Formats: sequence, structure tokens, C-alpha cells
Amino acid sequence: MRLGLVIDLDVCVGCHACAIACKEWNASGTIGPLSDYQPYGAEPSGVWFNRIRHFEMDEYPHNKTVNFPMSCMHCEDADCVTVCPTGASYKRAEDGIVLIDQDKCMGCNYCSWACPYGARELDRASGTMKKCTLCIDRIYDEQLPVEERQPACVLTCPAHARMFGDFDDPDSAVSRTVRERGGFPLMPELNYNPTNQYLPPRRKPVIEVQAKPKGGLKESIKQFANKLVRR
Amino acid sequence: MNAKIKLENHDAQEIKYTTCYMCACRCGIKVTLEDNKVRFIQGNRNHPTNQGVLCAKGSAGIMKQYSTAKLTQPLMRKPGTERGEGIYEPITWDQALDVLTERLEEIRATDPSKLAYFTGRDQMQALTGLWAQQFGTPNWAAHGGFCSVNMAAAGLYTIGFSFWEFGAPDWDYAKYFIMWGVAEDHSSNPIKIGLEKLKRRGGKFVTVNPVRTGYSAIADEWLPIKPGMDGLLAMSMVHVLLKHEQFDYEFLVRYTNASWLVVQTPGEKGDGLFLRDENGHPLIWDIEKEAFRNGMDGDIAPALFGEYVAPDGRRVKTVMSLVAERYLDARYAPENVALEVGLPAETIERIALEMAHVAFQETVELPIEWTDVWGRKHDKVVGRPVAMYAMRGISAHSNGFHACRAVHFIQMLLGALDAPGNFRARAPYPKPIPPHQLPENNIDIINAPNTPLSRPPLGFPTRPEDLVVDEFGNPLRIDKAYSWEVPIASHGMMHMVITNAANHDPYAIDTLILFMANMAWNSTMNTKNVQEMLRAKDPEEPDTYKIPFLVVIDAFHSEMTNFADLILPDTTYLERHDTISLLDRPISEPDAAADAIRYPLVKPDRDVRPWQEVMVELASRLKFPAFTNPDGSRKFSGYQDFIVNFERSPGVGFLAGWRGKDGTQSLKGEPNPRQWEKYIENQSFFAHHWPDNQKYMRYANKDYLDVAADVGFVGKVEPIIMQFYSEPLQKFRLAGMGLYDGPQPNNQVDRERLVKYFDPLPMWYEPLEQQRVDAKEYPFFALTQRPMFMYHSWDSQNVWLRQIMAQNYLYMNARRAAEMGIKDFDWVWVESHNGKIRCQVKTMEGTQEDTVWTWNAIGKQKGAWGLKPDASEATKGFLLNHLISELLPEKAGERRVTNSDPVTGQAAWFDLRVKIWKAAPGETGSWPQFDTLKPLPGDERYERPEVLRYDARSHEKK
Repeated sequence: MRLGLVIDLDVCVGCHACAIACKEWNASGTIGPLSDYQPYGAEPSGVWFNRIRHFEMDEYPHNKTVNFPMSCMHCEDADCVTVCPTGASYKRAEDGIVLIDQDKCMGCNYCSWACPYGARELDRASGTMKKCTLCIDRIYDEQLPVEERQPACVLTCPAHARMFGDFDDPDSAVSRTVRERGGFPLMPELNYNPTNQYLPPRRKPVIEVQAKPKGGLKESIKQFANKLVRR
Repeated sequence: MNAKIKLENHDAQEIKYTTCYMCACRCGIKVTLEDNKVRFIQGNRNHPTNQGVLCAKGSAGIMKQYSTAKLTQPLMRKPGTERGEGIYEPITWDQALDVLTERLEEIRATDPSKLAYFTGRDQMQALTGLWAQQFGTPNWAAHGGFCSVNMAAAGLYTIGFSFWEFGAPDWDYAKYFIMWGVAEDHSSNPIKIGLEKLKRRGGKFVTVNPVRTGYSAIADEWLPIKPGMDGLLAMSMVHVLLKHEQFDYEFLVRYTNASWLVVQTPGEKGDGLFLRDENGHPLIWDIEKEAFRNGMDGDIAPALFGEYVAPDGRRVKTVMSLVAERYLDARYAPENVALEVGLPAETIERIALEMAHVAFQETVELPIEWTDVWGRKHDKVVGRPVAMYAMRGISAHSNGFHACRAVHFIQMLLGALDAPGNFRARAPYPKPIPPHQLPENNIDIINAPNTPLSRPPLGFPTRPEDLVVDEFGNPLRIDKAYSWEVPIASHGMMHMVITNAANHDPYAIDTLILFMANMAWNSTMNTKNVQEMLRAKDPEEPDTYKIPFLVVIDAFHSEMTNFADLILPDTTYLERHDTISLLDRPISEPDAAADAIRYPLVKPDRDVRPWQEVMVELASRLKFPAFTNPDGSRKFSGYQDFIVNFERSPGVGFLAGWRGKDGTQSLKGEPNPRQWEKYIENQSFFAHHWPDNQKYMRYANKDYLDVAADVGFVGKVEPIIMQFYSEPLQKFRLAGMGLYDGPQPNNQVDRERLVKYFDPLPMWYEPLEQQRVDAKEYPFFALTQRPMFMYHSWDSQNVWLRQIMAQNYLYMNARRAAEMGIKDFDWVWVESHNGKIRCQVKTMEGTQEDTVWTWNAIGKQKGAWGLKPDASEATKGFLLNHLISELLPEKAGERRVTNSDPVTGQAAWFDLRVKIWKAAPGETGSWPQFDTLKPLPGDERYERPEVLRYDARSHEKK
């Protein structure tokens, strides 16, 4: 299995629902709590596994606003694992999920420097690195209803812009959607082989219009003939 | 294989279902609790509103529950301290209730209008309105006057349902969707769910908004309109549709008043009213029978166009002729509005024709048999799949009522209402146009001590006789709603209450009760001066404040609570019983009538009480008739008992589900003592799914209207004919002209406003404030957008949400900023006719060039929300509110009038114009700044650590 996410940039409205659901689940989850620094103070920040970037393309008035959620890509060739001096970072053979063993991690930050996607964060209170687990404590929890054995971000996304599944299975919904919609990985040139895929914006629908008016400005009113329409 | 993965300790957990209250969307939530702590809040998959999904606010509910801004006990302003100093002493609930009861008893026994009761983000207006009505004060409203009344009123005076919460796009069949203005404020999850459905099907999404953020980011086409020009754009589209003869002739004949005849006797009484028969029925010209006939009847063949002579010799014209004459005028041609609206003429024309194409060439037909109200059977439902939605972006302009009506004109011309793929009604709507409910205006009843009003304080006037004024035409309400200044102020005018009360205009009040509304900060215009008004004392009685007694009910320590004389601490939404009622602002969807409840999932750890419970208690103590048995004893033991047993009319109560003694009846039935339990068993909501034959065309759907009449949604089964031409507006206009048989205004200002703005057909005019402000001196429009992750959720500090945004910036178009030498993160001064602020700039492409904007309600007063004084919300965040006046700029020889829509009294937040210049070196930080709010008694319980490590697990090491 190669588990990961598909994120649809055509419909992501940048609402941050996925980010907060992730925070909420994982705060009390397998590698929680997730520290919040200065929660009531000058510059609040904290540990997040999923952050939404917003940026613009092109110039006014042809500009486009793009919302871009980013979390661990669960790369096939994950440098964050290779560089880890303690062996805390590992990629699971059975499903490809990249995890950090909190008992082994010493919070040295090597992995976060190695990760080009900014997916790894140091929890300054626990002194360990933390990141997206694909909600491993949801997806394998057989006491949860089947339809809820999904990452919290996928469950909650109001625009249904997120999908979760097995990319090794060519018939899975994620594999099919990536094929049909031309899904792409982020920065493939770096050769980390990210599992997560993004769907590009769809082509704009084209609607034909009849250009020729039937009537002509003020005179139209005179041409409007009453039709016999019974209520 | 997952030995190392720690899973949930389900044995220690409990799952409960309730209704979210992080905003006005009211989604169903599934809450996992562990050891009386909230472990996880997720969307309820079975809920009609959110179908399993949940937004950022909803998931952040945990941090609202554990906010350190929560009030902990009733507080009284310390004797000897001044209002606004924020120095309080704890009192017991008994003391608090005694103080309040005594004061209210005295007011009620002498002059009930001296109580003003206004509510903010609550969703319990059916109860608060009943309470005010029973008290006997006309001075009640919720916050709709500064929120959505333009949308609600325009819809209810035109199509019988409305944007805001009384209708929704049909996402399952729509092929074209236009969003007019910022709309991230209501229906948040349904719209996000819907946009994805639309795009997945290949439908087109067009957004009309000066700013490209939020939902507009994913639009297929962005129309960067100039603020306040939406109405002109819509009217130009009407022009294009008429010019190209792209309108649904049959729809107009059957379901609208396009064929009704309007009397044309300019300068005479009766001009512009409908030609009516002796029974008051509007008449049409029947082209088959060649006779004037009743326009409500079913067997007519009306002329849509034409001019006729009535039997009494008066000239008459069809509404449609008037519409065509008005909007075919070159004034509305795309090329003639392009410069004003800021969009190319060809774009305006193309979008109108795209809509027409989809409406008429891509029609959706469903093989559903239905019967119309005239008794004819139809074998299918025809849908014109063009859907629209609009909210604050149109609402918050002083020309918004007409603008919204113009949008409804497009829908009517396309025949795109309450059918597959377009904009559909949500029960209990549609209602008669306007709904048959008039505001109380009998001065004897209003002045009578210890007497309830005979009608609710709010309603829908249809003529000058319905105004709430005295014999001299002076307002009877403190907010001046339903006065000649703002005749159709159907949601009241909360934004005027403090100003009017402090000015003793139209009269002085004694007590102001504010519930869940931050009227000393982000929910008021003119914040700095309004704070002064709250502090102002009567020069003649130096010990008395102009507003003598101020009661604030809230769950959190806000800028408003800081001015209270008495603070009554409320519970959070996870701690109390609540109803989201069909009598109020229901959660119905087009396919189902629905309502919902909340019930306590978490036990409060503070000395707080739900305001619902306190209101029932006060109503019982004050012996309101509806809350008192004939023998004088209290009728209801508390809120839950009230909800179960109160009946507005026989069989109709606050909750529509599981009625009848045995709980088997829906919508109507006797009280069911087990109703709360049934809701809880059913995940805290009730949905009555409409059968297919009752889902569409409900303004004229007999089977639907039969049910609607039976359960009290409408008074009787009759067609709801949509109103292109609004006769109520014309009656007010005639009064302004001195041509009305009935009350007429004395004041020249009122007369002019009525003549100018009560046009029975939509008109565009420059927003009122802009008519009085020099555009050369103040070159920018300034407005706010609604952050999806905070909107309606800012009654408390939220540790997680503030990490997304703890400072707002002033956003400017990048090219315009560069021309002015302004760069990202520069501090600038922004000045309006009302004042100035200092804030920090970010530039962007996605902003119309003449517009600047910021996110709403991020800026805070130091110390509010339980934040530390150095919180960036207070040091760098800012409010645009200081720049916006609740009154229009002065005009020589004229009394000050409200900065609101002249028809509805809707607060004109978005009419603001400003000038901008770079702050001098060293001038940094937001300005103005205010005193730091002092911690309240009870605040010592909160730790506010430098690092927060929330963990709901009971069994884990912390």
C-alpha cells in the first residue's frame, strides 16, 4: 500500500477547516499534545501538521488566488528519514506512511532542514519533531465507523477538496482521480517522489451566447407582441 | 502491524450530537467527550446542513469551550466607579435577578418603552421577541438591521423568500452560479459543499466582488466591480435580457405581477397603484376575453405588455411595460454603465447572455407530477439552472435594497426561482409578499403599563398607516425603525440604539439590555465615539448616565461587557439547551423543513446560567401573561418546560419534530413531554423531507401550500405572486408627494427621501454617504471581507483560530499602492469624514483599484478576550469601524439622518470612502488605542501559560 492524499486546487477555498481539524484531532492523538506558544500573547504560534498557503498568480484584473494546503507528502524517497541520526524517522513498509518515533527523536531538526515541503515542526515543549501521520490513529482504528477511518482533514473538508487512499491500487478513487484530472506531485524535480498529489484547476467552462439581439433598444418595447399564454 | 500506534481509549469516551454555534450556519456536530473534556468535534454526516463536513470554526469549538475569556459569575459595577472603568464586584444570581426584576417591574408599570432590549449573534429571536412583546416594549430587535435586512426585505417584498437564510442555490442541478458580493458570512458549509458540486459537474461560477479572496478564489470568472455598483450592474443585465428578448414569458404570466395593471395618473392621488376591482383584486387585461379580469385567478390569459383605459377612464399600463420602458432606457445599456461599475460593457452583456443561454437552452426537466394552486396538473418540473446567492456585499450599502431587488428581477425574468437548478426556498418560506405580520404601532397599547403588545415589535409594513410613529409622525421606537426616516426597517436598527438613547432622541430610556453583541467594539459603527456615548452623563443630572442602566449578557469578556452596570454571564453552546426553531431562523434546506436543538454536553465549571433560562425566570417573576397561570403562579418551570409546552397557535410550538402526545406528529401537534429526549435520540435535529411533488414552485404548488397553511407557514392556500412592481413602496412615495389618502410626513427631509428612494421599480443611486463626500478628497472605497475561519465566531478569544490570523492589514491593489509609494508592511493613515486610523498595508493583485479592504473584527481593545495586553490583535490589529459614522455627514438645514438604506434602515457599512497616506517614520502600531481592560473578578482562575498543551485524553500522561 502507498497511502496518501489528493488535494483539489480547483475547489480549495482556503478556509483552513482541514488545518484546524488536524490540530484538533492530533492535539489529543497519538503524538499529541501539539504545543501552542504565546496562545494569549503577542505573537501566537504553534505546532501544525497542515498549513494553508495563499498566493496570487498573474496581474490584476487577470489575477488568480490560489489556496495551497501543505502537509507531509509521505515521499517514496524521503530524505527526512535518511538524515535522521537516531532512526526516529522511518517510513513504514506496509503503507508508506512516514512517522517519527517520539521515544527516539531528540529534536535535532535535521529532518526539517531536509524536507523541502516544510512539513516537519519542532515541538519545543516535548523537544521532538512532529508531523502529519495521515491520522494513523484513525485510519487503523477498527472501533471507528468504517466511513470515518480517514484523516481528520479529509473527513472535514467542506469543499471535498481532499481525498485519502492507496496510490498502489490503480482502481482506488485517488489513483483514478489523479489520472482523470491530471494530478501532479509538488516539485518532482527534487526526486523525493512525493505520494500526495495535487489536482490542477479545471478548464473554465465555455458558454456560447447568441450575440445578436432580437430587438433594438427603446424600440424593442414596440416589438414585444403579446402572446396568448393562459395562466 | 500497528502495535506502536496508540489508538483511542473508546471505553473512556462518550459520543453526543448537538448543534454548532461557532457561527450562524448551525451545522450538526458529533462531539467526542472524554472525562468531561472535549476530545473531538466533527461534522454530523446525517445532518441536513453540513452533511458531515465542518469548517475551521466548528472544529475550533474546543478552544471556545476552554477560552480564558469566559465570564465566571454575575458582576455589578462597583459603586463609586465610573462606567467603562471596568471595575466590578461579584454578586449572587439571586441578587442580580432581584436588582433586575425590581428595575424592570418599575419600567413595565410606568413606561414600558423605557426598556430597550437588543440582541446580537443569537439565534433565538422567537423567544427574545416574545419576551419583549410580553413586556410591552416596542424597543426590541436582533442585529439584522446592521447585517442582512436588505437581503431579507428585498426578497420578502419581491419573491416571497430571500437570500440570507430563506433560500438556497440548488447545487444538485445548477449549471451557472453567480455570487454577488462577499457571502462568506452565512450558510458557510452548504455553500462550500455546493461550489464543489457545481464545479465537478462543469458548471460555471461567476463572482462579483471588488476583492478576490474566499470563495471568489475558485470562481471561473471574477468581476472586480466597484463597491456599491451591484444594482447598476444587475439593472444593466436586465437591460440586456430585455433587449435580447431573453425572458420566460410563461413564468412572468403565471407567477409574477408582470401583467398587473398600474394606474398612470401622474400628480394625482392613486397614481402608480394597481388597478383593482371592487373586492380589491388587482386587474389584468385578458387578451382572449378582451376584458379586465382578476389577476389572481387561474383561468386568465393576460396581456404582458400594453396600455389600456380603465372603465373609470384612467390610463393603465402593465407592470411589464413599465419594466421594459425603465430598463431598456439607454441609461442601463452596458456601454453606459461600464465606467461606473468598473467592468467592460462586453463582459456585462456576455454574462447576461450566458445566463440566458443556460436558463433557456440547458433547461433541466424532472418528471415530477405536481399540481398548481389553480388546480391544474403538470407532468414535469422545468428548471432554469441559473442559481445566485448574495449577502453582505450587497446588503451593506445604502442602495442595497434596490440592488437586491434588481438581482431578483434577473431571477424572475429567467424564470429561475424555486425550481431545479436555481434559487430555492427554505421552509417556512415562501410567504405572502410581504409576510402578513405588522409591527405593533398602537400608541395606547405601547404606552399601557403592564400590558403586552398585541403584535410583535417587528413586521412588514405595506403602507404609511403601518408606521410606528405618533400622531405627529415622531418615532415610537428608540432606533426609529418604521419611522418616516426608514419605513421598512423590518429587522430594527440596532446600530442606532446607543446613539439615539444617548441623545435622548426620540426620547430617553432607562435600561438597555444587550445580549451577545459587541456594541462597544466591532459591531458598532463609530466605535470610539460610541464608547464616549456609553460614558456620557446628563449635564442636568450629573449622577445619571444618559443611558441610565446597562445590562450585558454574554459568555465572554468583551469590550461591551466592560461598559455594563450589570453583567449576567451566559453559558457556552456546549453547556446549555437551545432551539433552532422554524418560528425563527430555521435550518431548513430546500428539500426539507428542519429544526434543531442543543443540550448540555459539558457541565459548566462556573457560576453561569443560560440566558434562555434567565429570560424564562424573569418572565415568570414579572408575570408576563404568556408565562403565568390564571392563578398567578408560573406556567413554566424553566426553558425546557417552556419549549415543550408553549404553543404559538394550537399545535405549533418552538420545535416541529415529534409532536403530539405520543410523539408521532411532525410540524404540528400537541405538546410532547418527551420531545427533548426524542431530539437527543435523533442526533439533535428534525427534518421533514418534502415529497417530490412539494419540492418546487412552492409559491404556486397546491400540495405544498396545503401543508404550509395547515402548519402555519402561510395563512391560507393562495398563490404567492412575485412582485416586480412593489405597490407598498409606491404608497410611501405617494405619501412623500403629498398624494396619499392617509398619514403623510411633515418633514421635508422625509418627503424628499420617500419621493427619491421609494421607487416601485428598482433604481440605482449613489450610496447616500458618497453623495455627501468629495470623491476627489477621499478617492478610495473602503470595506471589509469576512474571514471564513473567524466570521461570526469572534465573541471569544480562540487559541487556534488566532494562530491563523492575529493581525489584520489594509489590503490595496498593488499597482495603486506602488503609484503612491506604499509598500508591503508600511504603516499608513486612513481618514474618512468621520475620523482617522493608523494601520499596516499589504498589497495584492486581487483588489479592485479604487478599493481598500481589511478583514472584519480582528482588531481588539487591549485586555479584551482574555488576551494579554501585548496581543497583536490590539497592538497591530485595527477596526475600520472608527471611520464609519452611524449618521450621514451633516447637511445644512437638515436634521442628522441615519447612515443606512433609506428603505430598510440597513446599516451602510460599505459606503465608506477614505484617503490614505504614508505614516511618518517612527509612526507604527495601530491607532487609536484605548485603555487596557481590567481583569474581572474570577479571572484569577485562568492561567494563560506561555505554552498551551491541550490534551483531552484522560488516561495519558500530560
